[in-house]
Amino acid sequence: MKTIEEIFEILKAKFGDSILELKTDQPVEPFIIADPLEIDKICFFLRDEEGLLFDSLMNLSGVDDANGESKNDESGALNIIGGTLSVYYHIESTKILHKLCLKVSTQRENPEVASVFNVWRHADWQEREAYDLIGIKFLNHPDLRRILMPYDWEAGHPLRKDYKNPEFYQGMKVPY
Amino acid sequence: MPVEIEENIKTKSGNLRTEEMILNMGPQHPSTHGVLRLELQLEGEVITKVIPHIGYLHRCFEKHAEAMTYPQVIPYTDRIDYLASMGNEFGYAVAVEKLLGIEIPERVEYIRVIMAELQRIASHLVALGTYGADIGAFTPFLFCFRDREKILNLFEITCGARLLYNYIWVGGLSHDLHPDFVRLAKEFTSYFKPKIKELNDLLSYNRIFTERTANVGILPVETAINFGVTGPMLRGSGLKWDLRKNDPYSVYNKFDFDIPVGQGLMGTVGDSWDRYFVRVLEMSESLKIIEQALEQLPEGDVTSAIPKRVKPPVGQVYARIENPRGELGYFIISNGTPNPFRVKVRGPSFVNLGVMDELCRGHMVADIITILGSVDIVLGEVDR
Amino acid sequence: MGFLDKQFTNENIVVAKVEDLFNWARLSSLWQMSFGLACCAIEMMATSASHYDFDRFGVIPRPSPRQSDVIIISGTVTLKMALRIKRLYEQMPDPKYVISMGSCSNCGGPYWEHGYHVLKGVDRVIPVDVYVPGCPPRPEALLEGLLKLQEKIRNEYMVNGNSSAGKKSA
Repeated sequence: MKTIEEIFEILKAKFGDSILELKTDQPVEPFIIADPLEIDKICFFLRDEEGLLFDSLMNLSGVDDANGESKNDESGALNIIGGTLSVYYHIESTKILHKLCLKVSTQRENPEVASVFNVWRHADWQEREAYDLIGIKFLNHPDLRRILMPYDWEAGHPLRKDYKNPEFYQGMKVPY
Repeated sequence: MPVEIEENIKTKSGNLRTEEMILNMGPQHPSTHGVLRLELQLEGEVITKVIPHIGYLHRCFEKHAEAMTYPQVIPYTDRIDYLASMGNEFGYAVAVEKLLGIEIPERVEYIRVIMAELQRIASHLVALGTYGADIGAFTPFLFCFRDREKILNLFEITCGARLLYNYIWVGGLSHDLHPDFVRLAKEFTSYFKPKIKELNDLLSYNRIFTERTANVGILPVETAINFGVTGPMLRGSGLKWDLRKNDPYSVYNKFDFDIPVGQGLMGTVGDSWDRYFVRVLEMSESLKIIEQALEQLPEGDVTSAIPKRVKPPVGQVYARIENPRGELGYFIISNGTPNPFRVKVRGPSFVNLGVMDELCRGHMVADIITILGSVDIVLGEVDR
Repeated sequence: MGFLDKQFTNENIVVAKVEDLFNWARLSSLWQMSFGLACCAIEMMATSASHYDFDRFGVIPRPSPRQSDVIIISGTVTLKMALRIKRLYEQMPDPKYVISMGSCSNCGGPYWEHGYHVLKGVDRVIPVDVYVPGCPPRPEALLEGLLKLQEKIRNEYMVNGNSSAGKKSA
């Protein structure tokens, strides 16, 4: 079993400036921040390397960081300009029994993250859900379309902090 | 091993001329366990591709969690997997308590384990009863629901509700046990032991049932791990992986119980019969845990550690528990306010359903019901 | 046979109004379409099981909308599902009845405030006859809802040729 500092040293030795930093000061779990467009190569290495063998993706979540500039427009609704959207990966090894948390951040206006579909097939539906609810595009995903919302939902990505509800959808009133 | 589709079409269709067809098993169907839409691409009667369409029960849990305070989220977590509500609340409470860093009294831990294991038995009874009803055997459905009513009576005298409890709170429980609970629970365990044998006689070794479920929907272990499959589906494929032993939480390390795995008794390892039988064996293991916990139950105050105001420090946590359907994980990010910043639920049925396409290729249309029943999904968890 | 026992005074001839006879026949064998959406569906299944039997009221689950009289909407109705419910309702033959079971289909339930994908009450797409409150309602509450529906059917009248419209004045 390796600690997160050892894994960080191994990754930094192999990938250099794609691994950005190791954050250990906040409770409860430490995580490694990586580059969004190189994350698939990093994950292939993590899965196949002797001594690491991270063969299982536990969880993949998209998060709206809401750290941009928030302004209220004319009708009083919130609008966020700038800032980042992030994706958190929790992975583990069923053979060596250690766990790791990775984070990538990308800009809010045109978010793009490399897809880990070919590393773990589990990421297929999880990435579709992150695209549907937060709006992050995953490059090289074979079938990126909405999964939970209706296929013709035009009003945006619901889990963003500045999402506004439409008034009507196909003749039905949406708010209470 | 995924079957070679071309060969299969020739052997199963013989000299008949076949054509490609798209068939829709729509959101309203007696056997899809809820509102799931399966789009089947068929060549004659053999399946070439299955595309599940979900989202018909998407109830915006994560948006609600961002608007409520930490204790107010608990009734919403109940409704994610409505057949195993105690487990959902347990997982959320474990995650928030990790974030807060508080200690809880031992009596609370023991009662939580008893409730979670009773809930596991109740959930497996529904799964097995409806699986039998899908295959065509209606009697086990009635037997399973009769036994489940006894468990629901136990829950009702504790917290007042039959299905959605709001019982396990952050830092403790909402009520202490009823004075008669221990006696009634012991009566239940001695009543239920021979009922598992009855279920085996009725359904598990029945010739028609084994002909329909053995060698259908075989899932190899490597595929299962790559797709993130957990729970009885993974154990049915032969891997001994259970979070209660591999990554223990609460007081599970104090009990002595076994992890049943699929061994291919009726067909190959990893087929639908194995997944079904793992659930039957798990029910007897849960009975063992409940008996041991009732013997060792300590005294204490269950509400003493509940904080007046839940305001965790800035940080994040990923905590997971073993739900009857697999690994239920909560990823909570806190920004120092009384409301969570982001709560992501990793529902086991959502992940398990992703492997449907791999399992169904090369089988016939009637086998889809068998495979879907053995995956044991709950749509509230798939769509959240 | 309940009310017809020992009522024959004249060689097995019963005199009744056509309305009463038809209404009695309809309320005694309401075949339901098995349509469970969410948590309330489990309580509906428990009501059909042996502890709180549904069959003694004449209610059998039928898989197809073309073969059923009553549809019990149990569970949350989302926007994606609402259009399909409308289609199923239109496929049911007359006379048809709707029981809305649980808070989510009555008015949106616990998801009324921030549910961007939840339809706040199924009566925004189909007309409802009986509302059963609860989250989830106990099986006894669902049986009470069924009895209220039977009372409503007992008071229907057939003037104007439209049997689902109108109530007898009390």
